[in-house]
Amino acid sequence: MITVEHLKRYFKTSLGTVRAVDDISFEVNEEETFGLVGESGSGKSTTGHVIVGLYEPTAGRILYKGDDISIPLEKRPLKYKKEIQMVFQDPRSSLNPRKTVREIIEFPIKVHFKHLSYKDRENKVRELLESVGLPPEEFMGKFPRELGGGESQLVAIARALASQPSFIILDEPTSALDVSAQAKIINILQKLQKDNKLSYLFITHDLSLMRNVADKIAIMYLGKICEVAPVSRFFYNPLHPYTKMLLSSVHPLTDEEERMKPKGIKSIGEIPSPMNPPSGCRFRTRCPFSMDICSEIEPRFVESESEHIVACHLYDK
Amino acid sequence: MTLLDVKNLKVSYKTYRGILKVLDGINLRIEKGEKIGIIGESGAGKTTTVKAIMRTLPNNAIIEEGEILFNGRDLLRMDEKTFNLIRRRKFAMIFQDPTASLNPVFKVGQQLVDILKYSKEENRDYDELKEEILQAFKEVMLPDPERVFNSYPFQLSGGMRQRVCIAIALATAQELLIADEPTTNLDVTIQDQILRLIKDLVNKKNLSVILISHALGAVRSMVDRVYVMYEGTIVESAKADELFKRPKHPYTVALLRSVPRLTGGGVSQGIKGEMPDYLHPPQGCRFHPRCDYRRDICASKRPPATHIGDHCEVFCHLFSSY
Repeated sequence: MITVEHLKRYFKTSLGTVRAVDDISFEVNEEETFGLVGESGSGKSTTGHVIVGLYEPTAGRILYKGDDISIPLEKRPLKYKKEIQMVFQDPRSSLNPRKTVREIIEFPIKVHFKHLSYKDRENKVRELLESVGLPPEEFMGKFPRELGGGESQLVAIARALASQPSFIILDEPTSALDVSAQAKIINILQKLQKDNKLSYLFITHDLSLMRNVADKIAIMYLGKICEVAPVSRFFYNPLHPYTKMLLSSVHPLTDEEERMKPKGIKSIGEIPSPMNPPSGCRFRTRCPFSMDICSEIEPRFVESESEHIVACHLYDK
Repeated sequence: MTLLDVKNLKVSYKTYRGILKVLDGINLRIEKGEKIGIIGESGAGKTTTVKAIMRTLPNNAIIEEGEILFNGRDLLRMDEKTFNLIRRRKFAMIFQDPTASLNPVFKVGQQLVDILKYSKEENRDYDELKEEILQAFKEVMLPDPERVFNSYPFQLSGGMRQRVCIAIALATAQELLIADEPTTNLDVTIQDQILRLIKDLVNKKNLSVILISHALGAVRSMVDRVYVMYEGTIVESAKADELFKRPKHPYTVALLRSVPRLTGGGVSQGIKGEMPDYLHPPQGCRFHPRCDYRRDICASKRPPATHIGDHCEVFCHLFSSY
């Protein structure tokens, strides 16, 4: 569905170049949820923004069903814009406060389905609101300020669905919400995925959530991917020290989960500045297993089992 | 010995739409050296409760009823001057957003020196105070304390700013530490570091703690006893272990079930409906419109406290026949 090849995105600032995304590659298959996990500053949101076209890549390619779409957004054909949509983290700032829910959802329909009449568009807005579980009569005329956090995120999801996309980027869609609201939204997202045969790129920092929604997970650290694996293998046999650190930082609710946490590793230090990342392996400054080689050579990807790849010198024999 | 005893606290907010009846008879008790947690969704009244304890409620808040006894003295009926002394010498608070709780135009060191100066009885000179702050920075494992001391808040990362706030809170707190969502804005790995830090230092100083959070796992690993709040009422309180293993109130059960687990098993449906408006809170049990087990009595009568075992209290009609 989506292939990302050696994607780089640098930002020039007055203090130097920020290497937000630095040479990452991955693939998202059809009807799959691909989880991208990392701390703030790891470049996971930038990756999403580049794919949807908000930024141009500095280097590398993005393929949608084999077609190169790494062209500037204004030149990107409408048909690709239609297929790739995004839901942002903060629904309050991603919905226009001066437009009603109806106008917000109607806008992409106007852009992508020009032939539809006023009546047809209205019916479509109704359908979309119903599909995310909001009663249309009650919500069509409301403004974003009248909505609760969970409801505004559902409107944002309905808007993303309006162009009938096949691929949606979910950038921390539930991290601003309570657990109960989160559970509802996740359920709706999973239902929509089944009904509309959608692929998701799910960006989050919540590993427990990822365990329950993703098919495949990639861990990002400081602009690089350090481990990719199918979800089940990932949690029972984490390999990269950073993955282990992330897992050991989770505060779970049951003893059963407690036992899944890797032993002998504790979270220390903070993520360094992406302006001048450490040489060699970028995680070495926080890694308890760091060796001499780690500061000299950047680790390459090795496949430990099928589909489980990790970039760490510990596994590169 | 009981340190803090909140009895039947009722707080309302006056707004242009009418009176919001937020806290409806809160009872909380903290023993000396005990750590308690308050959990619940946003809007459940957790922050209002601690604001009432700290007497920092906004002007439109009305305390309708109740008392807050600190070492036997009622904080709500104390004159401003006496209370100020208690607040600055005995209490300390860590807020959710460290950026908002530090003044952006003063250096970190200057702010902390001022806070520390007024939190202790004896007068001390600048060097002594600075020394104590640098020591506090070392305790929270801030790298290069001298540099942090001479920095403005914007020059520090979010994790470092929160460490600064923890350092000063722990340096001044003598009896009670209130932490209101101390790690919500931080990354998971930093969150873990900060929680471990708070736990260690609190144990070392034998402080009582009120931890508010909707990160339920964090609460479980930090505290001895947990209060569950819903819509301005306490619905259940129990030992942390017991509460997370065997939740009793239907709300607690549903809340815990909404949390995704590392062991997998999918995501539950969440709790149906939304938390009702405080303008017209439901009669009887405030949870009954969303409850799967509701009976006729739930809509008319407030459920009384039912004691189960030594430390467990449930406010639900399902249990009141025991």
